[in-house]
Amino acid sequence: MNLHSLTAHALLDLIKSGKASAKEAYEDVLGRIKAVDPKVKAYVHLSHQTPDFKGGMPIPIAIKDNLCTKGEEITCASRILKGFKSPYDAGVIERIKNSGGTILGIVNMDEFAFGSSCETSCYGPTFNPWDLKCVPGGSSGGSAAAVAADEAMWALGSDTGGSIRQPASFCGIVGLKPTYGRVSRYGLIAFASSLDQIGPLTKDVRDCALMMNIISGYDERDSTSVNEPVPDYTKALVNDVRGLKIGIPKEAFVEGLDPEVRRATEDALELLKKLGAVIKEVSLPHTPYAVATYYIVATAEASSNLARFDGVRYGLRVTPKSVRKNALVDMYEETRSQGFGDEAKRRIMLGTYSLSSGYYDAYYLRGQKVRTLIKNDLDQVFKDCDVILTPTSPTVSFKVGEKISDPLSMYLSDIYTIPANLAGIPAISVPCGFAKNGLPIGLQLMGKAFDEEMLLRISYTYEQNTPWHTQKPKL
Amino acid sequence: MSVFETVIGLEVHLQLNTKTKIFCSCANQYGCAPNTNVCPVCLGLPGTLPVLNNQALLSAIKVGLALNAEINPFIKFDRKNYYYPDLPKGYQISQFDFPVAKKGYLKIKSSGQEKHIGITRAHLEEDAGKLVHDNSGSCSLADFNRTGTPLIEIVTEPDLRSPQEAYDYLHTLKLTLQYLGVSDCDMEKGSLRCDANVSIRPAGQTTLGTKTELKNMNSFRAVKTALEYEVRRHEQVITAGGKIIQETLLWDDEKAQTRTMRSKEQAHDYRYFPDPDLVPFTIDYKIIDGVRAELPELPQAKFLRFLSQFGLTEYDANILVADNSMADFFEAALKEYPHAKKIANWLGGPVLMELNNRKLSINELKISPKGLVELIAKVEDGLVSNLVGKEVLTLMLDEGKSADTVIKEKGLAQVSDDGALLGIIDEIIAQNAAVVEQVKAGKTNGIGFLVGQAMKKSGGRANPKKLNELITQRISGA
Repeated sequence: MNLHSLTAHALLDLIKSGKASAKEAYEDVLGRIKAVDPKVKAYVHLSHQTPDFKGGMPIPIAIKDNLCTKGEEITCASRILKGFKSPYDAGVIERIKNSGGTILGIVNMDEFAFGSSCETSCYGPTFNPWDLKCVPGGSSGGSAAAVAADEAMWALGSDTGGSIRQPASFCGIVGLKPTYGRVSRYGLIAFASSLDQIGPLTKDVRDCALMMNIISGYDERDSTSVNEPVPDYTKALVNDVRGLKIGIPKEAFVEGLDPEVRRATEDALELLKKLGAVIKEVSLPHTPYAVATYYIVATAEASSNLARFDGVRYGLRVTPKSVRKNALVDMYEETRSQGFGDEAKRRIMLGTYSLSSGYYDAYYLRGQKVRTLIKNDLDQVFKDCDVILTPTSPTVSFKVGEKISDPLSMYLSDIYTIPANLAGIPAISVPCGFAKNGLPIGLQLMGKAFDEEMLLRISYTYEQNTPWHTQKPKL
Repeated sequence: MSVFETVIGLEVHLQLNTKTKIFCSCANQYGCAPNTNVCPVCLGLPGTLPVLNNQALLSAIKVGLALNAEINPFIKFDRKNYYYPDLPKGYQISQFDFPVAKKGYLKIKSSGQEKHIGITRAHLEEDAGKLVHDNSGSCSLADFNRTGTPLIEIVTEPDLRSPQEAYDYLHTLKLTLQYLGVSDCDMEKGSLRCDANVSIRPAGQTTLGTKTELKNMNSFRAVKTALEYEVRRHEQVITAGGKIIQETLLWDDEKAQTRTMRSKEQAHDYRYFPDPDLVPFTIDYKIIDGVRAELPELPQAKFLRFLSQFGLTEYDANILVADNSMADFFEAALKEYPHAKKIANWLGGPVLMELNNRKLSINELKISPKGLVELIAKVEDGLVSNLVGKEVLTLMLDEGKSADTVIKEKGLAQVSDDGALLGIIDEIIAQNAAVVEQVKAGKTNGIGFLVGQAMKKSGGRANPKKLNELITQRISGA
């Protein structure tokens, strides 16, 4: 039986009715990985730990390479963490295991989540299942490609500036970045602590709600985790948007927006209007500064978060043969020079610079102030809107190698997704069509803090009235 | 030659004695096998996050209040970024612009003068690990047990005017901190560490001279000696027309000199920024007031009370107040036996001597306030002499037995029985005929001599009063 192409909820139905077993499903997906992963290259490694198939939700899952999973080598796709076997489970991994989730393996990403194409990985790129010459997006490119290629029923990713939503959009699946504090970050190897959030990449909106039920909730080990009650997110799956107010920021439809993406977004808007939603034009005047603000704040935090990778305790250590300055400094320099890739070095340098004495006020502090302005813009709009709708990314996926040497154009890939991270609000990407070249297009909805239910409701309604999520890449 | 004024400011790092570390639940314990009090959080493993230990915050507030400082209800932590192998995250979590406490002072007494030493700030931070350097020089080993020990850094204003004043400040500070019970303040174990900033300037000048920072002093004595050395060096350099270079110096206790650790140019840029893993929060004033209400009586207040309430001399009060547990012991003893002066004499004399000999604190001695009082009462009642009383004390401490038991077991009770004493007296009188004659001739001070001889003969056990009586009777009656 072909189980790997099912959604998680469809598989659960089969298991409940006795028509399939958890073990069968797990093995079927492993078979699919063996068949197509040589082409897609989503996995960094498969787990050597066999699950016991005893839990209530034995869904085969792929884990991003930055989520600490006990006994697995977790590297953030970086040479510097090669050999680091996590001695503990992240909060989300505990929750997944407690629900019965069956971990298939660890999937690829941009090094330390620095990138939007999965090309900065030390393992080499992952390829987009819809076109193997193209990138899957990033940084959770391995998670998105694995789900799109039926190499996992669903996957965990992390999103700092769009790293769940943009690859979900590039791979034609659903990706949700929850409200900051909704999901514990304990065990997520930090990129930018004030922006990072773990979330689901799934085949449809119902699966997204199901996984949110598993991973959401307070964790006393994460001081930024919020002690708010967790609703049953599947209750939000109502096929009805009548009277809901959808804000369309006029700043979103700007130069650089691919006409096909623009058209798909406008079509989606038309459909939602037809289904009874109220469309309102709104303004987010500070969003043009979002990307710049993001690259100040995120790199500053990253420069500090990555300081612990120094060759002293775990991962890579390179000891130079001859002493240049002193043995310790030489070891630091050589380890970090060889351990980090170009994009990681670029961001560490940017962040170090903006935190330096004499520059702090002009960069980091100013960045945080603009961040507040962007958040205020969004708060203002949410006084009168239930959600804000934009494209997820200004373009569809691009060719491997096309943008890797042009970091600025790569950074613009996240122009629509970054504001949600800066403001800490939830945002989802759902498939909304295909470009002429067959590549998927994604639609982004941003919501009020802790109102993931509204995002799920509108996404679900949209999904129920469109065919996009039912289409599969040919591999 | 102009006269210089010395200007000193001190930074004291104090390890708080909370049960667990500041950002994880590992035991906060000294002296364990290397790397046994560690977990993914304090090891800074990828993905781990800090969670503030509330007790550490309360202790810091306590210290702030005892230093008469303003408590900042807005609690925020910052990252101090630098690389060192004993610092697993590559940054230390500290407080930069919002210390728990600021603008306080500590009252000290130095060279008979009372003085307020300004406290600039006191902030919370985490301690680093410890490196052990291999003798062969081929490697260094890291022990992360200490990593994450809660520290409070107490920074003074440049208010200290001499190494002696610095020394006196440290003593008063340590005593105050011990009273608070927030730390064992043991410099040998590193639970209290002190860095000093020192500069000199021509007397009368208001601007500060160029300072140097001194590190690596392992005792209060070393702080004083290092400062004396450095002040002399400043004076020599400036008198010779030279300039002091702003730098950090290490004190070498064996060679009794300072050496350069790093110059101003080599100073780190710590790139402080708010730690995004610890959300800033505001503490309720009720919590601060609660800590204030539970502040113990501090040494200076206790000293004054001991003078007025119990009529002790300054000398006695000082001895008792110099150790919080000694003062508590005193008051507990006083409840059993209302003779302050007598208890103070015993505590400041024989008991203190035993403490020093045994290198123990009073709480570690095998004697309770009640036990001590029983002994004092026996001496006062003449059951044992003062001298034997001290011997009984030693035995009580050795064996953990009551005064009664010791006296009975060792047969140390004073002999007052006429029959037993007369035998000794007759012997003494027979041996000292010349003295007896002198006494008879009116030189009564010879009696004291005879009593002393008889006392010796009795092994210190004879009741001296009784001896006196009986000797006088014997001589006059003979």
